[in-house]
Amino acid sequence: MTGTEARNLALAAVAFAVVACLPLAGSAYWLAIGVTIAMYTVLATSWALFSGPTHYISLATAAFFGVGSYTTAIGIEHLPYWTLPPIAGVLGAVLAALVGLATLRLSGVYFVIFTLGLAELVRQVIIWFQNVSGTKGLYVLTSITEAHIFWQLTGLAALVYLVGWAIWRSRLGFALRIIGDDEEVARHSGINTAGAKVLLFMVPGAVAAITGAILAPRYVYIEPATAFTPMLSFQVVIMALLGGTSRLWGPLVGVIPFTFLWEAISASFPNQTTLLLGICFLLIVYLLPKGFVGLLQAARKRVETREAWA
Amino acid sequence: MDILITGLLLGGTYALIAMGLNLQYGIARIMNLANGEMLVAGGFAAFWFWTAGQISPLLTIFLVAPVAFVANWLIYRIMLRPLVKRAKSRGQLEVDSILATFGLAFVSVGLMLAVFGGDYFSYSHLARPVHILGDTYALNRLTAFLAAVVICGALYLWLNLSRPGVSIRAIAVSPESARLVGIDVPKLAAIAFALGGAVTATGGALISMFFTLDASTGVLFTLKALVIVIMGGVGDVRGTIVAALLLGIMETFVASAIDPGLTLAAAYLLFVLILLFRPQGLFGRRGT
Repeated sequence: MTGTEARNLALAAVAFAVVACLPLAGSAYWLAIGVTIAMYTVLATSWALFSGPTHYISLATAAFFGVGSYTTAIGIEHLPYWTLPPIAGVLGAVLAALVGLATLRLSGVYFVIFTLGLAELVRQVIIWFQNVSGTKGLYVLTSITEAHIFWQLTGLAALVYLVGWAIWRSRLGFALRIIGDDEEVARHSGINTAGAKVLLFMVPGAVAAITGAILAPRYVYIEPATAFTPMLSFQVVIMALLGGTSRLWGPLVGVIPFTFLWEAISASFPNQTTLLLGICFLLIVYLLPKGFVGLLQAARKRVETREAWA
Repeated sequence: MDILITGLLLGGTYALIAMGLNLQYGIARIMNLANGEMLVAGGFAAFWFWTAGQISPLLTIFLVAPVAFVANWLIYRIMLRPLVKRAKSRGQLEVDSILATFGLAFVSVGLMLAVFGGDYFSYSHLARPVHILGDTYALNRLTAFLAAVVICGALYLWLNLSRPGVSIRAIAVSPESARLVGIDVPKLAAIAFALGGAVTATGGALISMFFTLDASTGVLFTLKALVIVIMGGVGDVRGTIVAALLLGIMETFVASAIDPGLTLAAAYLLFVLILLFRPQGLFGRRGT
């Protein structure tokens, strides 16, 4: 660990400590916003861990999230609460591994298509199961408050950042950067490309499932239509891309403005959210292909060249 | 037997939709995820003409097809051509076009929601029973199937016999070599994309005769069409038709034997089997 890294780590720790004090401020509105931001930060950052270096767009977030919610909803009757997020994480990782094994050996398009329908697939199976067994939605009644959820998510975010940092430094991270640059080259230099991708895809799978498990008490009533809302996958993609996926902190830069923008949009134009989400997608693809991170890097480069001339 | 024929009738219409997507992906190299929305738009047009003036969908398609052709040509020229130019590799183009067509899909869903509202649309046209081999089927399904067969057949002949058709197939095989033999790739790619959109919208008008559509069902059809295209092999007309019929039969079987809510699960099962055992498509050759 170099000096800069130690300094960054200390700064990050201080930042997390400050953020963790938010519930003490006592404003229910800001706490609710804080939970939303924390949730999307966790989801978008873990999404970018996989999709950033590999350029594979995963739309499976909603599927993993729903699996996590259902883990809590079903498990809360039989097991203590603290065991449920880890169980959800394991389930998410297993599901991700299965999806990865089926699709990640092939070209990226197959992966996108498969993840696009995954949430709908799991939803159909659960609805079918409910019809067969005659059950309806599930209630999650706990004494867990919004503040507890916020602290759990903040802790999870810290964990995601640590994992991301560790992967970046590891052989796996190095292999993934080569795969992202040129998969052919990676394969010729002896990297097990499919294995590396499957392994990495398990990270967002597990994290999204844990997030779903943590947030289930907030929703109180869990049913397939709300637990597997496909919009979630797209929002995560858009936030991560808006921030930029080439840096670990990139998605966070996208999550914060987008959360506020989305709050404003859904408050003023509740019927046009789909249209506006589409426009956001188009704006990012055409105007900000590398996100805020890319914008910042371009600006820094310009300053540097100017200094070099001066 | 009942399942087999109902499945075949459904599969015929699926073939038309998937053919549209295959033209767009196989030749223009654009993975168009807004394909299902084009279908729903075609269906809405048919619905609108039927309720407003009792005009049969079979006549509406002669209006839907040219309008969709022009609309898709414009989409390609304005939205997608810059991405093709910007892309450094095929992978880059795929990522960009997926995101851009997602945006397009959301915008079209949003527009259709604003114009038509979120209700389900269905109308009853030719809903008379017909008897084939002792079983009864709805006449509208049979009509849609026959129309799909005619259009698919015409498309197949055009692609195989006419000069532009052969040029388009050459692009599907190798865009670089096609340029070397004097084929205007950008122009034909735009035409293939527009044609694909027109075929899909026509399929939408036909399918609306017996399917209930609403503004947000497009993505389901996109998924089914994608599964069919991959199963049949990218750029392979014959494979697409066989795959579409297979999916139609599979879905009908699952819907009647297990649960009508599991049709997507059925499509996915086929998809996974193909990915695991024949990722190059039903008739594809290995290593291309």
